[in-house]
Amino acid sequence: MSWLTPQVSAVLFAMFQALVILLVAVLLGAVMTVVERRLLGLWQDRYGPNRVGPFGSLQLVADMIKIFFKEDWIPPFADRKLFVLAPAIAMASLLLSFMIIPITPGWGIADLNIGLLFFLAMAGINVYAVLFGGWASGNKYALIGAMRASAQTLTYEVFMGLALMGVVALAGSFNMRDIVQAQEELWFIVPQFFGFATFLIAGIAVTHRHPFDQPEAEQELADGYHIEYSGMKFGMFFIGEYVGMVLVSALIVTLFFGGWQGPWLPPFVWFSLKTGFFLMLFVLIRASLPRPRYDRVMSFGWKVCLPLTLVNLLVTGAVVLLMAPE
Amino acid sequence: MSVATPTERVVDTDPLLEALRERLGASLVVEQATLTGMPVLWVTRDSLLDALRFLRDVSDPFSMLFDLSAIDERLRSKRQGLPASDFTVFYHLLSIDRNRDVMLKVALGESDLTLPSCVSVFPVANWYEREVWDMFGIEFSGHPRLARILMPPTWTGHPLRKDYPARATEFDPYTLTVEGQETEQRALQFDPKDWGMERERDGAEFMFLNLGPNHPSAHGAFRIVLQLDGEEIVDCVPDIGYHHRGAEKMAERQSWHSFIPYTDRVDYTGGVMNNLPYVLAVEKLAGITVPARVDTIRVMLAELFRISSHLLFLGTYLQDLGAMTPVFFTFSDRQRAYKVIEGITGFRMHPAWYRIGGVMQDLPRGWEGLMQEFLDWMPKRLREYERAMMDNHIVRERTRHIAAYNTREALDWGVTGPNLRATGCDFDLRKKRPYSGYENFDFDIPLGTNGDVFDRGQVRIEEMRQSLRIIQQCVDHMPVGDYKADHPLTTPPPRERMLQHIETLITHFLQVSWGPVLKPNESLQMIEATKGINSYYLTSDGSTTSYRTRIRTPSFPHLQQIPMLMKGGFVPDLIAHLGSIDFVMADVDR
Repeated sequence: MSWLTPQVSAVLFAMFQALVILLVAVLLGAVMTVVERRLLGLWQDRYGPNRVGPFGSLQLVADMIKIFFKEDWIPPFADRKLFVLAPAIAMASLLLSFMIIPITPGWGIADLNIGLLFFLAMAGINVYAVLFGGWASGNKYALIGAMRASAQTLTYEVFMGLALMGVVALAGSFNMRDIVQAQEELWFIVPQFFGFATFLIAGIAVTHRHPFDQPEAEQELADGYHIEYSGMKFGMFFIGEYVGMVLVSALIVTLFFGGWQGPWLPPFVWFSLKTGFFLMLFVLIRASLPRPRYDRVMSFGWKVCLPLTLVNLLVTGAVVLLMAPE
Repeated sequence: MSVATPTERVVDTDPLLEALRERLGASLVVEQATLTGMPVLWVTRDSLLDALRFLRDVSDPFSMLFDLSAIDERLRSKRQGLPASDFTVFYHLLSIDRNRDVMLKVALGESDLTLPSCVSVFPVANWYEREVWDMFGIEFSGHPRLARILMPPTWTGHPLRKDYPARATEFDPYTLTVEGQETEQRALQFDPKDWGMERERDGAEFMFLNLGPNHPSAHGAFRIVLQLDGEEIVDCVPDIGYHHRGAEKMAERQSWHSFIPYTDRVDYTGGVMNNLPYVLAVEKLAGITVPARVDTIRVMLAELFRISSHLLFLGTYLQDLGAMTPVFFTFSDRQRAYKVIEGITGFRMHPAWYRIGGVMQDLPRGWEGLMQEFLDWMPKRLREYERAMMDNHIVRERTRHIAAYNTREALDWGVTGPNLRATGCDFDLRKKRPYSGYENFDFDIPLGTNGDVFDRGQVRIEEMRQSLRIIQQCVDHMPVGDYKADHPLTTPPPRERMLQHIETLITHFLQVSWGPVLKPNESLQMIEATKGINSYYLTSDGSTTSYRTRIRTPSFPHLQQIPMLMKGGFVPDLIAHLGSIDFVMADVDR
């Protein structure tokens, strides 16, 4: 066993960790599709999927079998290359972002110094999935959906980054582990409440979750940018949305709710509980709110959220400077 | 109820009619006495537009062209005293201020089926004239676009003509080849040029978006083609007819009695509400007066269906605004309503429960308990809907001042029902022209102020409360008595009286196998249905079937009004407006 030097075993362990986190992230996204339907059922006075397996526990398996065996159809009028590329981007960009999330003190894939910036970059790339999908489909509804998505992303990416800068200023680092450690005494939700509120909104918008699902608004665009997708390509968009939801929940926990920190319970449990709470919140928001008109969404972004994040950053900066040791 | 024959002259001395008579002079051919409850004046073709304009412009005007359709008179045998006519076109005008109606009729010969179009006088006539062209082949000169409306563009023949077959067995078997399918598809393709639309403006091309006939928010098989500049609607063209089943044609083959189930399917969310105008019109023709118990049972169930229909409206209206949960709640409320409906009628959506001269059965034992349970349940739910949704900021932002129109515009476009009352116009037939004993009930007519999407929703929630009040009064004061009128034309006749002797048996047999024979006359009944004013205009030629059944439904003009409202709106506004109209395509296409 001479080849098993400490370096090699560290690499192997890192690879194992990465694989586990990747699988768990995808699986969690998939499980969320069922959990969401059961929760919606609960809040909507109905059962939701409860037929496959005990309490509907095998619904996910049934869904996966179905979607894997569906005809993978590319419309003859579509731009094939972009059409195939779009769902891959949708899924990959969000999965890659999981790299920067520190799950427990010992678990996490990459300890990047530019952690937060990496997420913002990936979120920026994610919009290409919608744009390509909407454009390549050769469908007018898809095109309108893509148009809405690009306008919306322009609006929300701007203040999403700004909303997080307060956190960065307080922690003095872009590194996610440093940010978690900086919250040992006080979670950033308290000093950075406005940052949290605006990031939550932007996070919902980035994942195209209701009520910011204008790009796919079923009642208006009959599913918008992914209207022409079927089979596993649709599945990737679909799972991608839920992976995004998990990612944003995990980010909120890491950035504003102290990550893995908490008394009595082990760090992993704390992280899971907190993330689970925000996942439920996403579903509850979907169950309870109507959808605003997309131009209102935009003006809300520019006129309310953007100034709010700017003021928040200014005040945070001033406080940090005042408190700084001479 | 008096029974007048067409030969009987009743001279109406209303000053307005005197003025109209004077104005028309020799152009007024004859005044027909009918059971429609309004003066029916036959005028010449040349004086038609003049007469329509006169009625529209008098003080307290006849501001709504309520209905416009035609009758193929060629097979009608009993029309003594009426001018010679192969096809008769009728114009039914309604005055809100006077609360009365006038009908104008024009006789046309088979060789010269042309009339001047009255679109310039009443914009709502546009679709009605297209329908008359489609169904009877009568041309309207000066019409902006006289194309088929209910039948496919490739259709040959005019279905409501008497020489057009009514049964599938009278046609050659239907085949659709691949080429045929392509021809049909091509015919449905939208060409902006046909509608005088530009393809581009200032070098920027418009997008023409085909919304429907298969779209989650089209509320059925409804198609609307949008001319879009970005997401702004420059113009739009509604296209209907995908749900057309020819209910008016079927009426000419069914007996008076056996047509009742077809009425249920006209506004399929209205259930027995649809039976009501039909049986009331038939009862006018037959001269039947029903016992108070029948009236009250009918009112009670009609109001229950109004609540059920409004709940469906509320759920889908909010869903169209993007709120996914309310529809599940309103559907579980509807389930509670159906429990009562099923308990009383034995059926859920289409009970076909009213009969000529009564209802099918007496109320079952214990109905009060079932009904009371529902009455106790609903008020707190309605409060919940208001607090969770109508008070919601996003809902208000999506609906306030969206697709708003005023009373005048509403009347111009034939808008009735809650949509009209949302503009602040206090016109509810249950108060203004009580039928079936509505005058005995204590209830209010909720009104809106802005005539926008929000008011149309709010008015309906309030209407549900009033309906609950009416039903509560039915439960508390249900009259005792028979559930069928004691009249020879009551159908089916009471079975207990069948087995007395051979004479009663024969009468019973004929009544059940042929159905009743009604005297030749014309009658009309309007009711305040779930979506607006629904009326049945029946023409009897003294036989076992109706000679012509005209079904005027509220949703038809409501859809015609869309382009006038949506110009300059956004796609989401259109969806909100579609949700607020409360239409079902069966009610539009019949």
